[in-house]
Amino acid sequence: MIDPVFRNVRFLPGTVNAGFPSPASDYEERELDINDLVMPHPTSSYFMRVSGDSMTGACIYHDDIIVIDRAITAAHNRIVVARIGEEFTLKRLQLMKGRKIFLKAENPKYLAMEVTGRDDFEVWGVVTWVLHRQLRRI
Amino acid sequence: MKNKLFALVDANNFYASCERVFNAAVRTKPVVVLSNNDSCVVARSNDIKKYVRMGQPVFEIQDVIREFDVQVFSSNYSLYATLSARFKAVLAEFCARQEIYSIDESFLEMTDMLIEDLTEYGRALKVRVLQDTGLPVSVCFAATKCLTKIGMEIVKHDPSYGGVLDLTGLAEQEQDALLALVAIEDVWGIGHRYASFLRNYGIETAKQLKYADETWIRKYLTVTGERIVLELRGTACMPLELERPPKQGIMSSKTFGREIKTQSEMEEALANYAARAGEKLRQQDSLASCLTIFIRTNSFKTDIPQYAGSYTINLPYPTAFTPDLVRAALYGLKQIYQEGYSYYKAGVSLTKITPQSALQIDLFGEFALTQQYKKARLMLVVDAINRIYGHDTLFFAIQGITRNWRMRQFKLSQRFTTQWSELLTI
Repeated sequence: MIDPVFRNVRFLPGTVNAGFPSPASDYEERELDINDLVMPHPTSSYFMRVSGDSMTGACIYHDDIIVIDRAITAAHNRIVVARIGEEFTLKRLQLMKGRKIFLKAENPKYLAMEVTGRDDFEVWGVVTWVLHRQLRRI
Repeated sequence: MKNKLFALVDANNFYASCERVFNAAVRTKPVVVLSNNDSCVVARSNDIKKYVRMGQPVFEIQDVIREFDVQVFSSNYSLYATLSARFKAVLAEFCARQEIYSIDESFLEMTDMLIEDLTEYGRALKVRVLQDTGLPVSVCFAATKCLTKIGMEIVKHDPSYGGVLDLTGLAEQEQDALLALVAIEDVWGIGHRYASFLRNYGIETAKQLKYADETWIRKYLTVTGERIVLELRGTACMPLELERPPKQGIMSSKTFGREIKTQSEMEEALANYAARAGEKLRQQDSLASCLTIFIRTNSFKTDIPQYAGSYTINLPYPTAFTPDLVRAALYGLKQIYQEGYSYYKAGVSLTKITPQSALQIDLFGEFALTQQYKKARLMLVVDAINRIYGHDTLFFAIQGITRNWRMRQFKLSQRFTTQWSELLTI
């Protein structure tokens, strides 16, 4: 018979103290997990990778990883992943007077694009986090 | 007795819908998804259902693909599995009692929930799943699981329901009118042969079965048949299956991407299938005592010499240790392999399955407890590493490295949700 101890085994570093019980044993908590921070809604959050320089003004750079939450409402000035026709794009959503909708790049090189009334436009999700790597190799 | 209340939630054209979530280019184009080895159609988007049959071989639809610019995909199970898990997790927020019936369907039991307007509730559920996962779903409420299945057929084919149907809100006559639309073979649990048996007695629709004569039912129907009749009448006989019993047989078999003509390649293939079967066995904490292998040529190609062989080995002790299974499979292969044939398919199946905890210790057999511990521990590590670093990170050398015979998957989309290197780039 296989002892139940072999199920869900975790390998812990360090040695087992056979002497006195740890005074901290009543206060054990789970280690921090970055998922709790960037993905509070695990069923609606997704990762994507950024390509290009159209959002550098919002501190989103080429090769960054972004977290997108589909459960968050696409309000004015939120950065969104949107679909226009056959392509996805990363832009700042602008809801202007007169119910006009624009997608604005955060880089003066690119013009804002009006999408008012286009039936091939939809917001895929709202960007909630940007993961930017500081050290190329760890 | 209080009436029960069930809901069935079913993702529409699940595989095709998954492909559309991360691919803007196919959002407005027809999509088909192919089976293992890219041979037959296993999912179709609604807009192409008229022209492509389920299970149709892909070579038959080349003209349709060209004419309608159909987007073709291989089955991307890593993607489908994660979207399915998200879909089921959303359902769990709505209802604690969920039976995960398949990758794209769940039954919910809501008997004790106080819901005023079920149709509204169904719409809210549909919106939440779509919002979180991008998947369109349909919902049907009824007093029995069998009725929810029937309602699902109706709600999927009639867009006027908007994807939500509450059968409990209908009067008996209205329900009957819907049941009259459902052919007897489309009733859940009625197989093809049973359907033709019923048709012989003039029972052609779900409604006719519901109102079949009592004495006739008792005389001619099996227990299963009687249960279906009761379910159609609104008496729940099939409870929610919250825990699946472990499988009594495990099979790993696939068609090769190209024909295999040498014994060494066949050894590789069978070693892989044995390893995969072992993995499935360990996932459900079971051991197997019997292993069968089979190999065969393509029986559709009548112009080539045909051969099919199989061999069964009783293992000396119940095991889930991959090398034990591989050794047995290769021994079996040696007994049946014939040179000079082009092999098309092979497989390994495991039977006489027992839970690990029920293992009988055979004092005089080849079995030694400490040995078994070591083996279990080794496989635990192998499985853990493969789970963390991806399928086949660690494998046995006999499984081969290039595996040129592997199934074809030319149209595989990226693994957007399971591999950092395959994220969607925008």
